[in-house]
Amino acid sequence: MELLVATAIGILTAGGIYLVLRLRTFPVILGVSLLTYAVNVFLFASGRLTIGASPILIDGVETYTDPLPQALVLTAIVISFGMTAVVVMIALGAYLGSNDDHVDDPDDAALAAEDAK
Amino acid sequence: MNHWIIVPIILPAILAPFIVLAARHHIGIQRAFSVAGVLALIAISTGLAWQAADGTITLYQTGDWAAPFGIVLVGDRLSTMMVLLTSVLALFVLLYAIGSKWDERGRHFHALFQFQLMGILGAFLTGDLFNLFVFFEVLLIASYGLMIHSGGDQRLRAGVQYVLYNLLGSTLFLFALGSIYAETGTLNMADLAVRVAEVGPEATVGIRVAAVLLLMVFAIKAALAPLHFWLPSSYSEAPGPVAALFAIMTKVGAYAIIRVYTMIFHPELEVTMGLHDTWLLPAALVSLVIGMVGVLAAKHLDRLVAFSVIGSMGMVMVAISLMSEAGIAAALYYIIHSTLAAAALFLIVDLVKTGRAGLTLVAAPPVSGAALTAGLFFVAAIAMAGLPPLSGFIGKLLILEASFSTDMAVWVWAIILSSSLIAVVGFARAGSVVFWKGQSVEYEEDAVLPDAPSTLAYAAVGGLVAMLIAHTIFAGHMHDYMQVMAEQLFAPVDYISTVVETPGKMSTTKEGH
Repeated sequence: MELLVATAIGILTAGGIYLVLRLRTFPVILGVSLLTYAVNVFLFASGRLTIGASPILIDGVETYTDPLPQALVLTAIVISFGMTAVVVMIALGAYLGSNDDHVDDPDDAALAAEDAK
Repeated sequence: MNHWIIVPIILPAILAPFIVLAARHHIGIQRAFSVAGVLALIAISTGLAWQAADGTITLYQTGDWAAPFGIVLVGDRLSTMMVLLTSVLALFVLLYAIGSKWDERGRHFHALFQFQLMGILGAFLTGDLFNLFVFFEVLLIASYGLMIHSGGDQRLRAGVQYVLYNLLGSTLFLFALGSIYAETGTLNMADLAVRVAEVGPEATVGIRVAAVLLLMVFAIKAALAPLHFWLPSSYSEAPGPVAALFAIMTKVGAYAIIRVYTMIFHPELEVTMGLHDTWLLPAALVSLVIGMVGVLAAKHLDRLVAFSVIGSMGMVMVAISLMSEAGIAAALYYIIHSTLAAAALFLIVDLVKTGRAGLTLVAAPPVSGAALTAGLFFVAAIAMAGLPPLSGFIGKLLILEASFSTDMAVWVWAIILSSSLIAVVGFARAGSVVFWKGQSVEYEEDAVLPDAPSTLAYAAVGGLVAMLIAHTIFAGHMHDYMQVMAEQLFAPVDYISTVVETPGKMSTTKEGH
């Protein structure tokens, strides 16, 4: 199971990083989402992977799963979900406004044109 | 346990929704509540700073849960000083936003402003790393709204970059927190300091990775080279008062580095030995150079100021990376100076913008109210470039003095001194082109002169400059206080024992494991 989880995190991260390095906003946002999935699984695994164990330490139980990472992941999911929504809206606004969805800086000529307006 | 220490977080958190829900259509009421809130914040944070001044460490256990189980807020000298600095800065920025009518140019300025303050103040006060992440997100999401306040295509594009970069930073932060938790089983800073010290020499891989990841996250926030690329566009495209408030945000990164790398991964810790002198110091020197060369190379006044922020953060990080009491004291002195100077400069840029077509550095007819604006720019530029007699010069002297006995002294001295010269030339060129050469350019016949900025706007900038001058005059007192603050940071035993040993709910189970 460790191998499976680790591979999943690795593939998600690699795909995410590749997409984040693209030039247009859509793949970049997808890449950020992939990275947040990867980090959510990673956080989940940070309390060690156990199957079928009780979630809270009670008397007479030897192994138990750590409940804290699950709480952390919940927070992280909510935050990353909200943030992705925000960046989609801002990127959409920028794209519709300037008819261009590159993520890099516009060149000086474009800036000068903006100044002249 | 008194509750004052949580008020700087609760107060803006209540004010912001109130402003959105009840005062949405009344800009006057929004302004009144916003200003009243910030004034109350200043009063409270002065009280907190007073309380912490004698070395007392105030602990607040939310829900009365004992330290590693519940979230704690901790007020020591450093965090209360940063809280006070933030609220004072917020007052002047808010007055400027009202005076220049920036808050009317879009919706919900005051609500977002309060949320932003909540995030920043929370980040300074929290004693828990995951809670620090949450407050980072609060301040970031408010800053996204503020940055694109009143819209515009350029601003939205810069906003996309800013948001994406910070989303990546947040993801990295989570990776760092995950690996720290996996290695130590705690995220409370004081508890971490205890457990990291117990990590055996054979099992340090995870903790070293975590320490470096965390440093990278804070370096992104602090705009340290090579992670500074988000800053120039976003700060120069942001509305003037927002950019001025953002002057404190880079310092949140610097604060987090000071806190984590003096307490948890302190310089004597074998696991992370050399992190600050091998990696942090060269990066800081590089960003100092990039910032100051950027000041000289900038073609727009707003980008010039943004690069000067990178340069001054480089200066702060040079002092921090010395990781000595003198170095941290100098860094803290410089942090206050650089926050005030950068905020004043961003506001002055906005003053210039109101009376001039664009901020390109070419001679153009004089700006409205040029004489006063030019005077303020002159003072703020002297401070930022670090010329005598203002606090930038004193701060730089302190950093030079602190680095004198280290191995890297030659590099530090050479780079600080030459980059200062470059900055002086850059600021002098910009100032003379914008304010001086402009005098010889004739107005066009049918040119309509824009109104001069309002008195309140000037008063706000004047207030920041006055704070800078006060920071210079009382430099002795300030530095003495920074010195004891640094001593407290390098002897975190009090902090740790206060956090870990104060009883609360659940604290009895500690004896069990």
